Amino acid sequence: MIALGAHAEFIISAYAGVFLGLAALIGWTVLAARQTKRRLEELGDNQRSNGSAQ
Amino acid sequence: MTIDTTPKMTWWNRLSHPGQFVALTRPLILPLALLTGVLFAAGLWYGFFSSPPEKYMGDTVRIMYVHVPTAWLSQFVYATMAVSALGTLVWRHPMADVSMKAAAPLGAAFTAMALFTGSLWGRPTWGTFWEWDGRMTSTLVLLFIYLGIVALWRAFDDQLRAARVVAIFTLVGAVNIPIIKFSVDWWSTLHQPASVFRADGPTMPGEILTPLFVMFFAFTFLFITLQLAAMHTEVRRRRITTLERRAARGEA
Repeated sequence: MIALGAHAEFIISAYAGVFLGLAALIGWTVLAARQTKRRLEELGDNQRSNGSAQ
Repeated sequence: MTIDTTPKMTWWNRLSHPGQFVALTRPLILPLALLTGVLFAAGLWYGFFSSPPEKYMGDTVRIMYVHVPTAWLSQFVYATMAVSALGTLVWRHPMADVSMKAAAPLGAAFTAMALFTGSLWGRPTWGTFWEWDGRMTSTLVLLFIYLGIVALWRAFDDQLRAARVVAIFTLVGAVNIPIIKFSVDWWSTLHQPASVFRADGPTMPGEILTPLFVMFFAFTFLFITLQLAAMHTEVRRRRITTLERRAARGEA
Protein backbone atom coordinates (compact mmCIF):
# COMPACT_ATOMS: atom_id res chain seq x y z
CA MET A 1 0.00 0.00 0.00
CA ILE A 2 1.34 3.43 -0.88
CA ALA A 3 1.72 6.12 1.78
CA LEU A 4 -1.15 8.59 1.58
CA GLY A 5 0.38 11.33 3.70
CA ALA A 6 -1.02 13.22 6.67
CA HIS A 7 -4.63 13.10 5.41
CA ALA A 8 -4.84 9.38 4.66
CA GLU A 9 -8.04 8.97 6.71
CA PHE A 10 -9.89 11.45 4.47
CA ILE A 11 -8.72 9.73 1.27
CA ILE A 12 -9.55 6.24 2.56
CA SER A 13 -12.96 7.38 3.88
CA ALA A 14 -13.83 9.02 0.53
CA TYR A 15 -12.97 5.89 -1.48
CA ALA A 16 -14.62 3.55 1.06
CA GLY A 17 -17.81 5.65 1.04
CA VAL A 18 -17.98 5.78 -2.75
CA PHE A 19 -17.32 2.06 -3.24
CA LEU A 20 -19.83 1.12 -0.51
CA GLY A 21 -22.35 3.38 -2.26
CA LEU A 22 -21.58 1.82 -5.65
CA ALA A 23 -21.85 -1.69 -4.19
CA ALA A 24 -25.26 -0.80 -2.72
CA LEU A 25 -26.39 0.71 -6.04
CA ILE A 26 -25.28 -2.36 -8.05
CA GLY A 27 -26.77 -4.74 -5.45
CA TRP A 28 -30.10 -2.87 -5.45
CA THR A 29 -30.23 -2.89 -9.29
CA VAL A 30 -29.47 -6.64 -9.49
CA LEU A 31 -31.93 -7.48 -6.70
CA ALA A 32 -34.74 -5.47 -8.33
CA ALA A 33 -34.05 -7.19 -11.67
CA ARG A 34 -34.19 -10.67 -10.07
CA GLN A 35 -37.39 -9.90 -8.15
CA THR A 36 -39.22 -8.72 -11.28
CA LYS A 37 -38.00 -11.75 -13.29
CA ARG A 38 -39.17 -14.10 -10.54
CA ARG A 39 -42.57 -12.39 -10.33
CA LEU A 40 -43.04 -12.65 -14.10
CA GLU A 41 -42.25 -16.36 -13.89
CA GLU A 42 -44.83 -16.75 -11.10
CA LEU A 43 -47.39 -15.02 -13.31
CA GLY A 44 -46.54 -17.45 -16.10
CA ASP A 45 -45.53 -14.74 -18.54
CA ASN A 46 -44.46 -16.35 -21.80
CA GLN A 47 -43.03 -13.05 -23.09
CA ARG A 48 -40.62 -12.59 -20.21
CA SER A 49 -37.60 -13.68 -22.25
CA ASN A 50 -37.84 -10.63 -24.52
CA GLY A 51 -39.21 -8.32 -21.86
CA SER A 52 -42.30 -7.37 -23.87
CA ALA A 53 -44.58 -4.97 -22.07
CA GLN A 54 -48.20 -4.03 -22.43
CA MET B 1 -50.14 -3.53 -58.69
CA THR B 2 -50.22 -3.14 -54.94
CA ILE B 3 -48.88 -0.35 -52.80
CA ASP B 4 -47.07 -1.43 -49.65
CA THR B 5 -48.41 0.79 -46.88
CA THR B 6 -46.73 -1.09 -44.03
CA PRO B 7 -44.60 1.39 -42.05
CA LYS B 8 -40.89 0.59 -42.15
CA MET B 9 -39.35 -0.49 -38.80
CA THR B 10 -36.73 2.19 -38.25
CA TRP B 11 -34.39 2.05 -35.22
CA TRP B 12 -36.57 4.79 -33.64
CA ASN B 13 -39.69 2.58 -34.03
CA ARG B 14 -37.85 -0.40 -32.59
CA LEU B 15 -36.58 1.59 -29.60
CA SER B 16 -40.09 2.84 -28.87
CA HIS B 17 -41.38 -0.69 -28.32
CA PRO B 18 -40.43 -1.82 -24.79
CA GLY B 19 -39.90 -5.47 -25.79
CA GLN B 20 -37.79 -4.49 -28.81
CA PHE B 21 -35.81 -2.04 -26.68
CA VAL B 22 -34.98 -4.76 -24.14
CA ALA B 23 -34.11 -7.26 -26.88
CA LEU B 24 -31.85 -4.72 -28.61
CA THR B 25 -30.04 -3.46 -25.52
CA ARG B 26 -29.83 -6.59 -23.33
CA PRO B 27 -26.70 -7.93 -25.14
CA LEU B 28 -24.93 -4.66 -24.29
CA ILE B 29 -25.08 -5.14 -20.50
CA LEU B 30 -22.30 -7.73 -20.08
CA PRO B 31 -19.73 -6.01 -22.36
CA LEU B 32 -20.51 -2.67 -20.70
CA ALA B 33 -20.10 -4.21 -17.22
CA LEU B 34 -16.76 -5.76 -18.22
CA LEU B 35 -15.54 -2.48 -19.74
CA THR B 36 -16.59 -0.64 -16.57
CA GLY B 37 -14.67 -3.12 -14.39
CA VAL B 38 -11.51 -2.78 -16.50
CA LEU B 39 -11.75 1.04 -16.44
CA PHE B 40 -12.18 1.07 -12.63
CA ALA B 41 -9.17 -1.25 -12.18
CA ALA B 42 -7.05 0.95 -14.48
CA GLY B 43 -8.30 4.16 -12.86
CA LEU B 44 -7.49 2.93 -9.34
CA TRP B 45 -4.06 1.75 -10.43
CA TYR B 46 -3.28 5.11 -12.10
CA GLY B 47 -4.82 7.03 -9.21
CA PHE B 48 -2.89 5.33 -6.43
CA PHE B 49 0.29 3.98 -8.01
CA SER B 50 1.04 6.10 -11.07
CA SER B 51 0.08 9.66 -10.19
CA PRO B 52 2.15 11.91 -7.93
CA PRO B 53 0.87 14.05 -5.03
CA GLU B 54 -0.18 17.52 -6.16
CA LYS B 55 2.10 20.49 -5.37
CA TYR B 56 -0.34 22.25 -3.00
CA MET B 57 -2.93 19.63 -2.04
CA GLY B 58 -0.54 16.71 -1.63
CA ASP B 59 -2.13 13.25 -1.63
CA THR B 60 -5.64 14.62 -1.05
CA VAL B 61 -5.75 15.28 -4.82
CA ARG B 62 -6.55 11.54 -5.13
CA ILE B 63 -10.04 12.30 -3.75
CA MET B 64 -10.58 14.25 -7.00
CA TYR B 65 -10.56 10.95 -8.95
CA VAL B 66 -13.85 9.96 -7.29
CA HIS B 67 -15.23 13.43 -6.55
CA VAL B 68 -15.12 14.95 -10.06
CA PRO B 69 -16.67 11.92 -11.87
CA THR B 70 -19.54 11.67 -9.34
CA ALA B 71 -20.10 15.46 -9.54
CA TRP B 72 -20.10 15.23 -13.37
CA LEU B 73 -22.61 12.36 -13.23
CA SER B 74 -24.88 14.25 -10.82
CA GLN B 75 -25.40 16.78 -13.65
CA PHE B 76 -25.18 14.39 -16.62
CA VAL B 77 -27.87 12.10 -15.17
CA TYR B 78 -30.13 15.11 -14.68
CA ALA B 79 -29.50 16.18 -18.30
CA THR B 80 -30.46 12.62 -19.36
CA MET B 81 -33.68 12.96 -17.36
CA ALA B 82 -34.43 16.40 -18.88
CA VAL B 83 -34.01 15.03 -22.44
CA SER B 84 -36.22 12.07 -21.46
CA ALA B 85 -38.79 14.52 -20.05
CA LEU B 86 -38.90 16.25 -23.46
CA GLY B 87 -39.29 12.79 -25.01
CA THR B 88 -42.32 12.20 -22.79
CA LEU B 89 -43.99 15.59 -23.29
CA VAL B 90 -43.11 16.37 -26.92
CA TRP B 91 -42.69 13.02 -28.71
CA ARG B 92 -44.68 10.80 -26.30
CA HIS B 93 -41.90 8.24 -26.68
CA PRO B 94 -42.90 5.15 -24.65
CA MET B 95 -39.37 4.56 -23.36
CA ALA B 96 -38.78 8.19 -22.33
CA ASP B 97 -40.62 7.97 -19.02
CA VAL B 98 -39.02 4.56 -18.35
CA SER B 99 -35.63 6.28 -18.78
CA MET B 100 -36.68 9.19 -16.49
CA LYS B 101 -37.84 6.83 -13.76
CA ALA B 102 -34.75 4.59 -13.95
CA ALA B 103 -32.30 7.51 -13.83
CA ALA B 104 -33.68 9.39 -10.78
CA PRO B 105 -32.36 7.11 -7.98
CA LEU B 106 -29.03 6.73 -9.79
CA GLY B 107 -28.69 10.52 -10.04
CA ALA B 108 -29.56 10.90 -6.36
CA ALA B 109 -26.88 8.36 -5.39
CA PHE B 110 -24.17 10.01 -7.52
CA THR B 111 -25.09 13.45 -6.14
CA ALA B 112 -24.89 12.15 -2.55
CA MET B 113 -21.46 10.65 -3.35
CA ALA B 114 -20.27 13.95 -4.86
CA LEU B 115 -21.33 15.84 -1.70
CA PHE B 116 -19.75 13.20 0.57
CA THR B 117 -16.39 13.14 -1.24
CA GLY B 118 -16.43 16.92 -1.62
CA SER B 119 -16.82 17.46 2.11
CA LEU B 120 -14.03 14.95 2.83
CA TRP B 121 -11.79 16.78 0.35
CA GLY B 122 -12.80 20.18 1.74
CA ARG B 123 -11.76 19.46 5.35
CA PRO B 124 -7.99 19.02 4.72
CA THR B 125 -7.79 21.61 1.89
CA TRP B 126 -10.18 24.39 3.04
CA GLY B 127 -10.35 23.55 6.74
CA THR B 128 -14.11 22.83 6.68
CA PHE B 129 -16.40 19.96 5.75
CA TRP B 130 -19.13 22.32 4.53
CA GLU B 131 -19.48 25.88 3.27
CA TRP B 132 -22.72 27.41 2.04
CA ASP B 133 -21.16 28.56 -1.22
CA GLY B 134 -22.92 28.58 -4.62
CA ARG B 135 -21.56 25.24 -5.92
CA MET B 136 -22.18 23.20 -2.75
CA THR B 137 -25.58 24.72 -2.00
CA SER B 138 -26.87 24.26 -5.56
CA THR B 139 -25.61 20.66 -5.57
CA LEU B 140 -27.47 20.03 -2.29
CA VAL B 141 -30.58 21.52 -3.94
CA LEU B 142 -30.03 19.08 -6.83
CA LEU B 143 -30.04 16.16 -4.35
CA PHE B 144 -33.36 17.38 -2.93
CA ILE B 145 -34.78 17.69 -6.46
CA TYR B 146 -33.75 14.09 -7.21
CA LEU B 147 -35.32 12.86 -3.96
CA GLY B 148 -38.49 14.84 -4.75
CA ILE B 149 -38.68 13.19 -8.19
CA VAL B 150 -38.24 9.70 -6.70
CA ALA B 151 -41.02 10.48 -4.18
CA LEU B 152 -43.25 11.87 -6.95
CA TRP B 153 -42.95 8.65 -8.98
CA ARG B 154 -44.02 6.66 -5.92
CA ALA B 155 -46.97 8.95 -5.20
CA PHE B 156 -48.90 7.89 -8.33
CA ASP B 157 -50.48 4.53 -9.12
CA ASP B 158 -51.02 5.58 -12.72
CA GLN B 159 -47.46 5.70 -14.09
CA LEU B 160 -48.48 7.40 -17.35
CA ARG B 161 -50.01 10.30 -15.41
CA ALA B 162 -46.99 10.34 -13.09
CA ALA B 163 -44.70 10.58 -16.14
CA ARG B 164 -46.28 13.85 -17.31
CA VAL B 165 -46.16 15.43 -13.84
CA VAL B 166 -42.56 14.27 -13.27
CA ALA B 167 -41.53 15.47 -16.75
CA ILE B 168 -42.78 19.01 -16.01
CA PHE B 169 -41.13 18.98 -12.56
CA THR B 170 -37.87 17.71 -14.11
CA LEU B 171 -37.82 20.45 -16.76
CA VAL B 172 -38.48 23.14 -14.13
CA GLY B 173 -35.70 21.69 -11.95
CA ALA B 174 -33.29 21.75 -14.91
CA VAL B 175 -32.75 25.46 -14.26
CA ASN B 176 -30.49 24.35 -11.39
CA ILE B 177 -27.95 22.69 -13.74
CA PRO B 178 -26.51 25.90 -15.28
CA ILE B 179 -26.57 27.42 -11.77
CA ILE B 180 -24.33 24.56 -10.54
CA LYS B 181 -22.09 24.82 -13.60
CA PHE B 182 -21.58 28.60 -13.54
CA SER B 183 -21.83 29.18 -9.76
CA VAL B 184 -18.02 29.29 -9.51
CA ASP B 185 -17.95 32.15 -12.04
CA TRP B 186 -20.98 34.06 -10.74
CA TRP B 187 -20.28 34.09 -7.00
CA SER B 188 -17.33 34.23 -4.65
CA THR B 189 -16.62 30.61 -3.75
CA LEU B 190 -14.06 28.25 -2.27
CA HIS B 191 -14.34 26.09 -5.39
CA GLN B 192 -11.77 26.67 -8.11
CA PRO B 193 -13.01 27.68 -11.59
CA ALA B 194 -13.05 25.11 -14.42
CA SER B 195 -9.61 23.55 -14.78
CA VAL B 196 -10.21 20.68 -17.25
CA PHE B 197 -12.70 21.79 -19.93
CA ARG B 198 -11.31 25.24 -20.82
CA ALA B 199 -10.89 27.04 -24.12
CA ASP B 200 -7.13 27.25 -23.53
CA GLY B 201 -6.82 23.60 -22.46
CA PRO B 202 -6.57 21.86 -19.08
CA THR B 203 -4.40 23.44 -16.40
CA MET B 204 -3.52 20.09 -14.79
CA PRO B 205 -0.44 17.98 -15.52
CA GLY B 206 -0.90 14.84 -17.63
CA GLU B 207 -0.16 12.41 -14.77
CA ILE B 208 -3.14 13.80 -12.84
CA LEU B 209 -5.40 14.17 -15.89
CA THR B 210 -4.90 10.52 -16.94
CA PRO B 211 -6.42 8.87 -13.82
CA LEU B 212 -9.09 11.57 -13.75
CA PHE B 213 -10.20 10.79 -17.33
CA VAL B 214 -10.03 7.01 -16.81
CA MET B 215 -12.21 7.27 -13.67
CA PHE B 216 -14.51 9.70 -15.49
CA PHE B 217 -15.16 7.07 -18.18
CA ALA B 218 -15.40 4.26 -15.58
CA PHE B 219 -18.18 6.08 -13.71
CA THR B 220 -19.92 7.11 -16.93
CA PHE B 221 -19.97 3.54 -18.28
CA LEU B 222 -21.17 2.33 -14.87
CA PHE B 223 -24.10 4.73 -15.11
CA ILE B 224 -24.95 3.58 -18.67
CA THR B 225 -24.86 -0.07 -17.54
CA LEU B 226 -27.02 0.53 -14.45
CA GLN B 227 -29.41 2.76 -16.41
CA LEU B 228 -30.00 0.05 -19.04
CA ALA B 229 -30.48 -2.64 -16.35
CA ALA B 230 -32.88 -0.39 -14.40
CA MET B 231 -34.85 0.38 -17.60
CA HIS B 232 -35.20 -3.37 -18.32
CA THR B 233 -36.47 -3.86 -14.74
CA GLU B 234 -38.99 -1.02 -15.14
CA VAL B 235 -40.28 -2.57 -18.40
CA ARG B 236 -40.77 -5.89 -16.59
CA ARG B 237 -42.43 -4.09 -13.63
CA ARG B 238 -45.02 -2.58 -16.00
CA ARG B 239 -45.60 -5.98 -17.57
CA ILE B 240 -46.20 -7.36 -14.06
CA THR B 241 -48.76 -4.59 -13.37
CA THR B 242 -50.57 -5.39 -16.64
CA LEU B 243 -50.64 -9.12 -15.87
CA GLU B 244 -51.77 -8.61 -12.27
CA ARG B 245 -54.62 -6.34 -13.41
CA ARG B 246 -55.61 -8.87 -16.05
CA ALA B 247 -55.55 -11.63 -13.40
CA ALA B 248 -57.64 -9.51 -11.02
CA ARG B 249 -60.28 -9.11 -13.77
CA GLY B 250 -60.26 -12.87 -14.21
CA GLU B 251 -58.86 -12.77 -17.75
CA ALA B 252 -55.65 -14.65 -17.03
